[in-house]
Amino acid sequence: MTVTQLQALIGAGKAVENHRPVPRAIVSESTWREAIGALAAERCSLLGLWATPGTVHMAVCEGSEIGVLSLDCADGHFPSVGARHPPAIRLERAIADLTGLEAAGAQDVRPWLDHGKWGVRRPLGDRIETDGPPPPYPFLTAEGAGLHQIPVGPVHAGVIEPGHFRFTANGETVVRLEERLGYAHKGIEALMAGADLERAAKLAGRVSGDSTVAYALAFARAVEAATDCDVPPRALYLRALMAELERIANHLGDIGAICNDAAFAIMLAHCAVLRERVLRFAADAFGHRLMMDRIVPGGVGTDLGAEDVTALRGLIKTIRRDFPRLVQLYDRTASLQDRTVGTGHLRPELARRFAPGGFVGRSAGRSFDARMTVAYPPYDALEFAVPTRAEGDVNARVWVRIEEVEQSLGIIEQILASLPAGDLIRDIPARGGEGLALVEGFRGEVLAWVRLSDDGTLAHCHLRDPSWFQWPLLEAVIEDNIVADFPLCNKSFNCSYSGHDL
Amino acid sequence: MRKTLLDSLRGPLTETPPLLRDGEAADLARAVDRVARRRLGRSLAIREVDAGSCNGCELEIHALSNAFYDLQRFGLNFVASPRHADVLMVTGPVTTNMREALERTYNATPNPKWVMAVGGCALDGGIFAGSYAVVGGVGEVVPVDIHIPGCPPPPADILRGLIALLEAAR
Ligand code: SF4
Repeated sequence: MTVTQLQALIGAGKAVENHRPVPRAIVSESTWREAIGALAAERCSLLGLWATPGTVHMAVCEGSEIGVLSLDCADGHFPSVGARHPPAIRLERAIADLTGLEAAGAQDVRPWLDHGKWGVRRPLGDRIETDGPPPPYPFLTAEGAGLHQIPVGPVHAGVIEPGHFRFTANGETVVRLEERLGYAHKGIEALMAGADLERAAKLAGRVSGDSTVAYALAFARAVEAATDCDVPPRALYLRALMAELERIANHLGDIGAICNDAAFAIMLAHCAVLRERVLRFAADAFGHRLMMDRIVPGGVGTDLGAEDVTALRGLIKTIRRDFPRLVQLYDRTASLQDRTVGTGHLRPELARRFAPGGFVGRSAGRSFDARMTVAYPPYDALEFAVPTRAEGDVNARVWVRIEEVEQSLGIIEQILASLPAGDLIRDIPARGGEGLALVEGFRGEVLAWVRLSDDGTLAHCHLRDPSWFQWPLLEAVIEDNIVADFPLCNKSFNCSYSGHDL
Repeated sequence: MRKTLLDSLRGPLTETPPLLRDGEAADLARAVDRVARRRLGRSLAIREVDAGSCNGCELEIHALSNAFYDLQRFGLNFVASPRHADVLMVTGPVTTNMREALERTYNATPNPKWVMAVGGCALDGGIFAGSYAVVGGVGEVVPVDIHIPGCPPPPADILRGLIALLEAAR
């Protein structure tokens, strides 16, 4: 058997006991640098980069293999990953803001989440109290005759999360877009530290409300890995059911909203009706429209009754009846296609380098889907396809989502056909350990990493939203498009602000 | 084909508006004087501000515009600028990073105006209270006239709050 590069990197370090289900190793600085080389050469892709006091961690994947490399930073520095592998740049800036650990050799050392308004610096490291006005934030420059800047946000024109976009335009054409995020930063990692599992699960489910099921599931799976706890089969299936309903609801809402941003409101009207039907089913069956707090470590806190099964079959039937007509309308409306085809083009080499999850990656030739690649149960026992496209434009992102709706409906039918009977939840033993989980949310894979203290409370929890590797690409795809197409591009990515800002 | 699409909405989906609780509108009416009320007439313009929410509240605010709730039939409209707004609908715990933006949005909204705080976080910071990055509820930063509880509040609850405001403005 040949040894993969990731195995070699892990093997070169000191294995950490009680880290499940994938290996974690404490590595030397030279191995860390080798890992950076493997990322830059695109032999591996970056899944996450975060820090605990004094140590920086990198989750990496090669094919379907995942591992975590950790480097102790004796002098408060670590060799910059971002200097050679740009997807890490913002993660490193966030690490510096939160913990004070600095990426040596990084080119962009501006703060990212810290806007100078917290009253403290390095809240997860050696906290320093601060006051006084926030330091100025220099935006990147674009120079040339006829260029002008358009600042947008953090309060936007629509019902949208807060963030700032700085456009530099030449007439109608965007020359550069720079995002400034962090407005929704709530300090969730710090709130997690010391929390019991119940409170921590609630916090995880409120990192990004549109992905509350995915986050709760990722958190639960990480805790279950850390404590080596099995989940009852019925709970596994009900979790997947909720995850697929969340995916369908979001895809429906966003497909409509994308068309609405191209001034084609009828799609939004119809898609929003279908979305509402999904949420109403969720409220009736599970007691919450967004299914918040229904997935908990150890299992699920809700069941599916016989009446709910009937209602769910009816819901699937309705979507199967109405959705194809909407898809046809989308496909056959030339004025709409005129706006979506070729707009916001993501180049395949950027998709390879940034390894964005979800429909952003899958619309530009990247096939990663945690349900397939990690194949966590019950997906290992279900049949489904991972739709991909090569074009990388708004249209391709819409199509991937259309096809994912169809796949999710098929998954739900399989779940209904094979839903096991039995318990819903198992007690989580109060013990220490570390766990990592990757769960496919509607916008991509959510990474959860937990370290539990011996009494079973959270010592540390890091949650990485898929948006971290998508936001930077939005800056790239808008280049040379017109300003008026930004809402369309933005909606076709639909990155999370709150999930990213944490 | 478009005809088939319109057919697919068999009969109206729009539901009867939620009933107000006793005194719900009267309490709010006291917040604005009669002259102001006359000026507002029968419609209200709403400017939504996410002051740091998890975006769950935004999803339910979006739902207000779907065919089931159909916000616009009441003369309620979301507007793109605080300068056009009568109501600021604010969600989330106010993060320290959003405090200034919320204050500036409030100051940019002409009088008479109401502030509606939506969701548990908007009351007192909710589960995020106590964080170094969170100021607290919306009331810590701007005066709040009405609060809609829930995490997130279902659209029907938000709608009822808005209708109460509308009654108060009559
Ligand atoms: S009230 Fe709930 S849904 Fe609304 S912002 Fe807070 S956590 Fe999110």
